[in-house]
Amino acid sequence: MSLDVNTIFQIAGIGIIVAMIQTVLKQMGKDDWAQWVTLIGFIVILYMAATLIDDLFERIKQVFLYM
Amino acid sequence: MDILQIVGLGLSVTFLTLILKQRNPVFALVVSLIAGVFILLMMIDQIRLVMEMLKNMAQTAHLNNVYVATILKIIGIAYISEFGAQIAKDAGQSSMAGKIELAGKLIILVMAIPILTAIVETVMNLMPQVGGG
Repeated sequence: MSLDVNTIFQIAGIGIIVAMIQTVLKQMGKDDWAQWVTLIGFIVILYMAATLIDDLFERIKQVFLYM
Repeated sequence: MDILQIVGLGLSVTFLTLILKQRNPVFALVVSLIAGVFILLMMIDQIRLVMEMLKNMAQTAHLNNVYVATILKIIGIAYISEFGAQIAKDAGQSSMAGKIELAGKLIILVMAIPILTAIVETVMNLMPQVGGG
């Protein structure tokens, strides 16, 4: 189990960087690329979140359903 | 000092989400969700201690194992559904939060059916036979 708080700051950093890239791309006039960047950043973050939530649910199952 | 870590984590995540919310609301929501997951993961060892104590007490009292397992499951369902409902409420989807809570309550009610029937049967056995002569 990877109980590592760095993941939170990683995700926040990804969010800020994606927002910056989005602004730059929009100012260059490439709106569709900006959309794709947001989507892919969101998928990466969602994957990390899903891994963590799966970990939490497994632990909860161990604690509460162990009889 | 777990509590200092948790309070520090919560405060920093609060400010991070404040910054992120202006630029990317979805990312802010995911950050707060993961912070919640972390805090629960830190707390789950303490919860496990309490559960061990409850199980030991039930074993010394010679309670039926099925009832204790049901109660533990109900507590777990309450925690999980509350967690999900709060995440949904944070995202502004309070109707979805209400549905998650409703599902949690219904499942708890269904799981409590054996206990309820046992109580009713015990009470019926205690009562004197009315009108039977």
